[in-house]
Amino acid sequence: MSRQISLARQVRKVLVGDHAVAEAVKLARVNVVSAYPITPQTLIVERISEMIEKGELKADYVRVESEFAALATVYGAAAGGARAFTATSSHGLFYMYEMLWWAAASRVPFVMAVVTRVVGPPWNIHDEHTDLLAIRDSGWIIGMAQNVQEAFDMTLTAFKISEDERVLLPVAVGLDGFILSHTAEPPLDVPSQEDVDAWLPPRNPRIPYTIEPGGEAITMGNLPGNDVYHALLKKYMDESMESAKKVIAEVYDEYAKLTGRRYGPLTECYRCSDAKYLAISMGAWSGDIMNAVDRLRDEGYPIGLLRIRYVRPFPEEDVTGWINGMKGVIVFDRDYSAGMGGGVLASEVSGFVPSNVSFEGVLAGIGGFDVSSDEFKAIMKEFIDKVEREGQVRIRKYWYIPKIER
Amino acid sequence: MSVAEKLRGGLLLSTPAEGAGGRTGTWRVYRPVINYSKCTKCGICWLYCLRMLLSGLRIRTSGLTMTIARAVEYARMFALLRLLTWLRRGGWCE
Repeated sequence: MSRQISLARQVRKVLVGDHAVAEAVKLARVNVVSAYPITPQTLIVERISEMIEKGELKADYVRVESEFAALATVYGAAAGGARAFTATSSHGLFYMYEMLWWAAASRVPFVMAVVTRVVGPPWNIHDEHTDLLAIRDSGWIIGMAQNVQEAFDMTLTAFKISEDERVLLPVAVGLDGFILSHTAEPPLDVPSQEDVDAWLPPRNPRIPYTIEPGGEAITMGNLPGNDVYHALLKKYMDESMESAKKVIAEVYDEYAKLTGRRYGPLTECYRCSDAKYLAISMGAWSGDIMNAVDRLRDEGYPIGLLRIRYVRPFPEEDVTGWINGMKGVIVFDRDYSAGMGGGVLASEVSGFVPSNVSFEGVLAGIGGFDVSSDEFKAIMKEFIDKVEREGQVRIRKYWYIPKIER
Repeated sequence: MSVAEKLRGGLLLSTPAEGAGGRTGTWRVYRPVINYSKCTKCGICWLYCLRMLLSGLRIRTSGLTMTIARAVEYARMFALLRLLTWLRRGGWCE
């Protein structure tokens, strides 16, 4: 990621992750916002409501009684042609679950920030990716940011990606609870309103269709005469997911010209070109893993990190491309799928790992406990040493459980 | 064909048209009439028809006669039906 500033008009701000997302929503000139408070997302919508109160953002903020209603509200607003936004976390996201599917299959574009958090019990507000990954089959485009700047950029680009005629699917922008949401990472580069306006014009309310009083008499999602229509609808969603890969690349390309910040687009590979071992992860802790990779490199271990930026559409080509020629792949999951291979990311990736390549899925940070760069280094070193010593290794899940200090 | 175009034509969006039941918009303007030459005085019409429930008195005076026992039985069912309707609408919370 290059950091040269191509536009002098960018201003530098010190904002926590949640406030950075709110800033992006303001710059996108969103028309309708609806959300229900839940930690650690609440700062986003609190800030947005302040912006509306002060007149900085001309939007309707709809107060609702639940997350189900919040999503239904923005979904309805988007079907009416508005540019809409909501945000949630954990239990709130699960309360939206039915609506997530309706919104995605209705093909209306809008954006939701998901500030990742553990799902109870036990009651827990800390960071885990299980909530975001539980929506991966619903038809949403799902991104996961590594830092506050990327959370900002991912939110702003999400509108452009979602509204593209070739995509027309809602976009979920994931950011790690507290680690990003409540942490200020100076400096944050924010493009000017004029630049964003030129790059992101108002949404065309006629695409894909508009449901409005006095408008065209249409019903969305009526009981079809033949169930095959349903299968066709899903097939078209699948095709749009495939197109989204191209659109995401195009949008980030334009965005790089606007801001000077170049991303992946679907993945980013750190010190991979001469690597023999590949670590895979997503989200904020990727920074700690990169740090561990640097230190392992100093000790002569040929390892790189493939950071997943978008889980949906899944970057299949990138993953298979980078795994090709590797001796071993180690996947870090901050999420868990009960009764399956272990971590969600490990399960998704393992299908693309050839049988002659060593593999290990590591479950760490479940429940939000902190995993340090030292710990990542030790886990990766142990994996490489084991492969070098014993040859082929296949470990579907390794539970990394630190000693509990009372 | 664009995504928006694909959504039309039964896939996701539907437009108003005559349904399997034909034109149904005029169904409610007809007034139920009792054919007294066929009437066995069972009283089932009185039980089921909303219009007759509302004007049971008028039906009785217009020639429908029942045994007292049957009238009591129907009155009980009538009360139950009204109670269920009232509960379904939310009871006291209405």
